Amino acid sequence: MTLAQLAVGASATIRAYPQAGPAFTRLREMGLLPGTKVTLVRTAPLGDPIEIQVRGYRLSLRKSEAALVEIAE
Amino acid sequence: MSTAATPRTAPVYALVGNPNCGKSTLFNALTGLKQKVGNYPGVTVERKVGTAYTQHGQPLTLIDLPGAYSLAARSPDEAVTRDVLLGRRADTPMPDRIVCIADATNLERNLYLVHQILDLGRPVVLVLNMMDLAAQAGLQIRAARLEHELGIPVIPCEAANNKGLIELKLALSRHDLPLPRHAWDVPAALAPAVSELQASLIAADAKAPLVARAEALLLLTDPDPLRVTGSTPLSANTTRILESWKTRWTADATDWSGTLVSARYDAIGKLVAQIVVQPEGAEDGHAARASRSTLELSDKIDAVATHPVWGWVIFAAIMATMFFSIFTLAGIPMGWIEALMAAVSGLVDHVIPQGAFHSLVIDGAIAGVEGVIIFLPQILILFLFIGFLESTGYMARAAFIMDRVMSKVGLNGKSFIPLLSSYACAIPGVMAARTIEEPKDRLVTILVAPFMSCSARLPVYLLLIAALVSANEVPVGTQVGLMLLMYALGTGGAFFFAWLFKKTLLRGAPPLMIMELPPYRLPRFRDVLIQMWERGFIFVKRAGTVILALSIVLWFLANYPKPPEGAAAAPNQPIVEAVSPGPDAPRAEPAAAPSAVTAEDPLAYSLAGRAGRLLEPLIAPLGFDWRIGIGLIQSFAAREVFNSSMSVIFSVQESDDEAATRAQLRDAIRAAERPDGSKLFTPLVCLNLMIFYVFAMQCISTLAVVKRETGGWKWALFQLVYMTGTAWLVCFVVYQAGRALGF
Repeated sequence: MTLAQLAVGASATIRAYPQAGPAFTRLREMGLLPGTKVTLVRTAPLGDPIEIQVRGYRLSLRKSEAALVEIAE
Repeated sequence: MSTAATPRTAPVYALVGNPNCGKSTLFNALTGLKQKVGNYPGVTVERKVGTAYTQHGQPLTLIDLPGAYSLAARSPDEAVTRDVLLGRRADTPMPDRIVCIADATNLERNLYLVHQILDLGRPVVLVLNMMDLAAQAGLQIRAARLEHELGIPVIPCEAANNKGLIELKLALSRHDLPLPRHAWDVPAALAPAVSELQASLIAADAKAPLVARAEALLLLTDPDPLRVTGSTPLSANTTRILESWKTRWTADATDWSGTLVSARYDAIGKLVAQIVVQPEGAEDGHAARASRSTLELSDKIDAVATHPVWGWVIFAAIMATMFFSIFTLAGIPMGWIEALMAAVSGLVDHVIPQGAFHSLVIDGAIAGVEGVIIFLPQILILFLFIGFLESTGYMARAAFIMDRVMSKVGLNGKSFIPLLSSYACAIPGVMAARTIEEPKDRLVTILVAPFMSCSARLPVYLLLIAALVSANEVPVGTQVGLMLLMYALGTGGAFFFAWLFKKTLLRGAPPLMIMELPPYRLPRFRDVLIQMWERGFIFVKRAGTVILALSIVLWFLANYPKPPEGAAAAPNQPIVEAVSPGPDAPRAEPAAAPSAVTAEDPLAYSLAGRAGRLLEPLIAPLGFDWRIGIGLIQSFAAREVFNSSMSVIFSVQESDDEAATRAQLRDAIRAAERPDGSKLFTPLVCLNLMIFYVFAMQCISTLAVVKRETGGWKWALFQLVYMTGTAWLVCFVVYQAGRALGF
């Protein structure tokens, strides 16, 4: 399952995502690491991007990136 | 730099922190208005330096480095912060000391950057800002414990309420600032690489040992480092070592970057567990679980502000307010500026005797100065709005809402406000593109922004619509319809070219839309006003000089050479010959007079007039003649100058009654004829001219700002060529097709 498929209000734990690519380096540095708990807060009015809660703050990212983030509920 | 004003011994502090941590507020609180804003050479990143005074009146130099989440830079702003801290920029010596600012309500992520900076082994003062909000959220933060753990001064602070500033200033004036006691476990798999890189950075790149270690750790965090102009490249030796390690790790599938980031967060997690006491009832042990109260309030606002229906209503209302403020509210101070400049002209008129110098001062210099400051109201109003939107946190929501739409053409949500502002005036719009971090997205936004029909095009559209319709009163439906068509054409052009540029010329990494949505906060008026003032000042200082110089050049072109005295009719002959197909082209009636009259005009005789004639072969396929050509050239001062240029060419007597003057001008251009007696401004030509004004880049002020915002003439000239080329092409097709269809 990926972060893009998470339902609004649901929480999950990050499992893995691609090592390469500037987006994923940044996501890691923003605190999304394997084992980190995330909650999907809402999606934008047009369905993309999404807003998640991670480590006590709010972050938005596009579904195209979220679809590469593997999660476990 | 402002250091010239302070003694050489004044220590230089760098101010570093995440975006939204209150760094600007703190910088403003410490330095007041003693700030200098400039640019880092070669990059469009703002360089802010200020002077603060200690409790004993000793001056301190503060460099406000751009906000960054990490030293692994993802934007030019972050790259400058990284390069200054690592001593990679020749234009900015490594700061003596560093002030790190962390948002106490979001400590865990804020400490990530702090942790990287502590690696540097420089004297650091850590400011925990927004302690009041942390307390409201029920978080208890043991600053003394953190101070003990890190071995550096830790100052709890509320920059917005001026609390903690005295303690901070006392810490800053300490001569014996301790070095951080900062040990953390680098993963064993990477330790040999760190040592090897550190050794090479010391030997081949002349770095101090601890800075070299910090840089080695950074090189191993960031697989895709962003280089910017002014950044000293790595030595060949270090690069070779780095590449050989990367090759080895790729072969055995070691996630080196991820391992290092995880190890750092582990170390931060242990630290946070000791210093942050969670509110009662926090269900799990995760540090910094939530700054609950602010998030709860933000959530309530966002439930409406990003709602599928209400979100759009609020967004539209805010954008409409902003747009009409720029469009109409700015008109009031613009009227004052015009009146003021008219008064100055009147005064000069009495003092300086008639003649060339009189004209240079009034029509060249004063008109040029007016041409600069006339933009200030729009710029200030736009940046007032942007300042409020940013300091409340709504800006991030606007980008969140619009991202999907803008992503269709390869941009992200942050491009929306610059493009919207450009409907009022491209100059504030181009300046607003600074809020876009991604350099290619910023450039594409700047390149397409002037397609949006700005307010200077309106008078031209209105004149041409009036000339196009045969009735004396333009039917409202026709006027609105044609205006909407022009706005739609410009908008379509902007989106088409944004899409095209992102597909071709400026294709980059996949768009990065990883954006923090900070909690809503009350706006900081002082910070907003300071930012607004800076924008206006930068515009006047940097773009204003170019605009003034070009205005004077345009004045010269329109006034020289002067027609010979008493030989008014003389220049007429060659002009008509050049224009007419034969010496005795049939003339239906003697009313072909307008062209004869204009040729005696000094404007027609001037370089601008001659350029109009030179231009004629180029614009004839669009249905334009040399007289329109003069108008096009003069439009470079400002597009609405086309109208006054037509007034001069067709000898319209200006009177105090504006409506009457407008009607006269309309009648004059309706009556204008080509040498063969056919009408010059046929409906097709009028329409085509409007289309030309939609697409062509005809504004030296915009070009001057684009030059300033992109760091050189290259992109400004590219914009001039591609936009005007597009205008020509579209007008060529429309005119030739229209002719073929019998219009």
